[in-house]
Amino acid sequence: MIALPSSLNANLVIGIALLVMLLVVAGAIVRTRSLLAAIILFSIYSLVSAVWLVVMDAADVAFTEAVIGAGVSTIVLLGAILLTRGEVEKPGWRALVAPALVCAGVGGLLIYAAAGLPALGDPASPANAHVGRAYLEAAPKEIGAPNIVTAVLASYRGFDTLGETAVIFAAGIGVALMLGFGPHASPLPPAATIGDHHVVLRVSAKFLIPLIALFALYVQFHGDLGAGGGFQAGVIMAAAIILHALVFGLRDTMMAVPPRLVRSIAALGVLLYAGVGVACMLNGGAFLDYDYLFPPAFEKQVPGWLLGDPEHAHHWGQHFGILLIELGVLLTVAATMLTIFYGFAGRTVEAIRQERGA
Amino acid sequence: MISFETLYAAAPALTAHAPVLMVAGPLIAACVAALSPTARTSWMISVTGSMFAAWMALAITGEVARHGAVDYYIGGFAPPLGIAFYIDGLGAMMALLVSSAGVMASIYSGHSLAAEVRAEKHTHVQAAFLLCQAGLLGLVSTGDAFNAFVFLEVSSIGAYALVAIGEKRDRRALPAAFNYLIMGTIGATLYVIGIGFLYAATGTLNMADLSARLATLGDSSVVQAGFAFIVVGLGIKAAMFPLHGWLPGAYSFGPSLIVIFLAATATKTSIYLMARFIFDVFPDGAAFGRNFIAWVLAPLAATAAIVCSIQATFEREIRRILAFSSVAQVGLILLGLSLATILGASAGLFYLMAHALMKMTLFMAVGGLAISLPARRLDDFAGVARDAPWSATAFAAGALSLAGAPLTLGFLAKWRLLEAALNAGQIWIAATVAIASLLTLLYVGRMLEAIFFRSAPAGAPRAVEAPVGVLAPVLVLAGLNIWFGLDASLPEQLAGAGAKALLAGAP
Amino acid sequence: MSFILLHFNYVAVAILMMAGLFVVVSSSNLIKRMIGLAIFQTSTGLLYISLGKVSSGTAAITVDAASPEKQALANHLDPAYVAQYGVAGVVYSNPLPHVLILTAIVVGVATLAVGLAIAVRVREAFGSVEADEIEVLSRLESAQAGSQA
Repeated sequence: MIALPSSLNANLVIGIALLVMLLVVAGAIVRTRSLLAAIILFSIYSLVSAVWLVVMDAADVAFTEAVIGAGVSTIVLLGAILLTRGEVEKPGWRALVAPALVCAGVGGLLIYAAAGLPALGDPASPANAHVGRAYLEAAPKEIGAPNIVTAVLASYRGFDTLGETAVIFAAGIGVALMLGFGPHASPLPPAATIGDHHVVLRVSAKFLIPLIALFALYVQFHGDLGAGGGFQAGVIMAAAIILHALVFGLRDTMMAVPPRLVRSIAALGVLLYAGVGVACMLNGGAFLDYDYLFPPAFEKQVPGWLLGDPEHAHHWGQHFGILLIELGVLLTVAATMLTIFYGFAGRTVEAIRQERGA
Repeated sequence: MISFETLYAAAPALTAHAPVLMVAGPLIAACVAALSPTARTSWMISVTGSMFAAWMALAITGEVARHGAVDYYIGGFAPPLGIAFYIDGLGAMMALLVSSAGVMASIYSGHSLAAEVRAEKHTHVQAAFLLCQAGLLGLVSTGDAFNAFVFLEVSSIGAYALVAIGEKRDRRALPAAFNYLIMGTIGATLYVIGIGFLYAATGTLNMADLSARLATLGDSSVVQAGFAFIVVGLGIKAAMFPLHGWLPGAYSFGPSLIVIFLAATATKTSIYLMARFIFDVFPDGAAFGRNFIAWVLAPLAATAAIVCSIQATFEREIRRILAFSSVAQVGLILLGLSLATILGASAGLFYLMAHALMKMTLFMAVGGLAISLPARRLDDFAGVARDAPWSATAFAAGALSLAGAPLTLGFLAKWRLLEAALNAGQIWIAATVAIASLLTLLYVGRMLEAIFFRSAPAGAPRAVEAPVGVLAPVLVLAGLNIWFGLDASLPEQLAGAGAKALLAGAP
Repeated sequence: MSFILLHFNYVAVAILMMAGLFVVVSSSNLIKRMIGLAIFQTSTGLLYISLGKVSSGTAAITVDAASPEKQALANHLDPAYVAQYGVAGVVYSNPLPHVLILTAIVVGVATLAVGLAIAVRVREAFGSVEADEIEVLSRLESAQAGSQA
């Protein structure tokens, strides 16, 4: 048993309280038959877990969970129930015995393992003592980004992040293949779907959209200093454009930001990320070794005052490398989120038209 | 005669970056394919990207054969802090398998896709296919347990969407793809939970480091749970009986491009990763590992080989017969690995390659026929041999190989499996292999009887011979089934090197 | 008592995972199953984050030990604890699980989007998102294909 510093106790109590809330919400999701209620509860689940993540010091993860779990997931789920036109789950579960046994098996194994896991907050546990601690010690020297999470994400485990960007890209392709092609890709609803009585909405949206986009850029470039980065910024950037579509109509947005262009941007983002890797390789380093981002001949030309104090001059490549790959992530994430939105929203227009025709 | 020596000659002077280029190549090609203007250009990019990956895989195989395992530190960070690629004989064998399957599938897709998917979607279909390929290549070359999860997902997400677009021909592709997605994601999530437990126990994610730390750590509930979650999670992905529910649907209704690729690689790469964990990462002497192999893995694999072969005999749709046969053959591969001897593992890996080759031939031949004859049931293929003799011949070569007819690769594969089982004193495994082979004869006989010896009912739609672009890769693969049956030195060497890498120090 | 409190996280996470998994395997509605899958994946994240928490730690964003923020953080900490487990005078939580779960969350939303897109197409093709009904329709289709020939 480790000695508990007093501050943990407050955290511990808050953490447990939040977990109890999560349990209640999850129970409600299992019980409810209304899909709409389940989706709203899922959104709450994500928000509560984001708060819990903050208590657990995982600021970056909390930010991501809030924008992705509570934001994007909820929107996509709502779009899906709109399109499937079923808000209530049909009663009559499948045979319950087999699912219960599966869950009991998994749960039993989890709890069997839980007893052997280190106590919450144990600083000497293997998880916290080995590689995790090594990052804390090495990153300030080797990378120079104050946010260690960003340093690990973009540099030490940059290859994971490339894979993850590829996953997002693949999801965009998948949704586009399912929903985004054909007549649905360019919906032609009546131009003014919104009457003049929504003038307040339109005026305030005109103010809000640039501000949201600006905030996205702040989150993007603040990523190596504090919580934030390409993923969160990409989602926020997409949100700005989605707001435009909600207020001014999907057709106008699709004319301003065409789906084909958006799909190309998603590909360009991954290409930029992988291109940075290849550039490092061409300059004599390993794939994604940002220390070799610039050719040595070029680095010699750069005046010393631009590089800052000589002690940290070698962080230059790392700094720019992280900047570039985060830009790639931003492009892919924003474009993919928009592709997904276009896919679902474009179908909605189609569905409404069919309903009216029928 | 194809041997390692020919490989050396074919391989370029190895650049040190081949491991990562093998993965980055198809990934970059995927982006370019998505950006390309027409279906035709995207197809050319797809073929180029796959060939580049295969070229790199060839280079790596040569390098591994000469100098042993290849390491590559991504970002220049040494493990365990950085992500490292680690390709030994086994990884090289898998990389070669995946990338050559990719080349064959991409060449084949030039004609097959046009019949199955609207032309405007082709650029994105090729992009998803290349991502799938990059994912599987990353999976077999990475030395980092979490990185393997990321690549598993890169390949899976592409595959789900690709199976779903089979809807144009048959709407049942959609629920099949959904089921595949649910099962696949549960599998991947269980794997992540398992990795989490291993991380809790050791504090590292690098496989070599994990292995070293687990060896000193001894047994604990956390490590055991980690083992269980990883094996079950990958078992779902590998369609290990009884977790194979997703496979028949996905293989029956997906478009040929993805089905032939998945049939040759998807379950195999998961088997690879599972074997990597069971034999390499977890300590050799661990009681739970041995018990698992003896009391869970081997019996389930044997059940799969028997039960699913019987099931295949009773199926009526040709692709479902092949799909159930795949589950049964996965059982045979796992039986070979479960012997845990060098001979057994090398027989299992040999079978793995042989099965990839023959199933690819079969699915390709069926896909080629289906271009002109959009039928599913075996009865609809009655008498096809008269209308499309070349496709039918290729199908026959693959089918005979599957049944284990002498002078084919399948015969050697089954023979080696029997030999290894008898050598290890596991009579019941040898008996299972023999019974499964007899059952295979039944459904292979049914298929060949319909195609060659029955005549088409009057007025039924007739097949037309597949176009040359489709026929050429099918015939090449069919030829390889026979070639390797006569001279198996290449697959034998690859499997031998793989088994040695997997079981360093075992008898 | 403190053993239970300090292992409560793991038990709670286990129950959350079971809840998610139960919805996935028991529900017949495709959308509901995707919600269950999302809960299952999110809970996996909670397990990792629990492992990375360090008592009295702060988020892994480097703070200068001499800064006022740091002084406030360190005020009530045992100096020996800080010296042993801190880096440059500050105790941080483990950044690695955070990085891994960032990745996992993104993978989760990718799966969700593709799954729901397929579910929407299923509705368009079969007129239902209930797995039971779809299965009946599929069976029917297989049988019809048989009788036609």
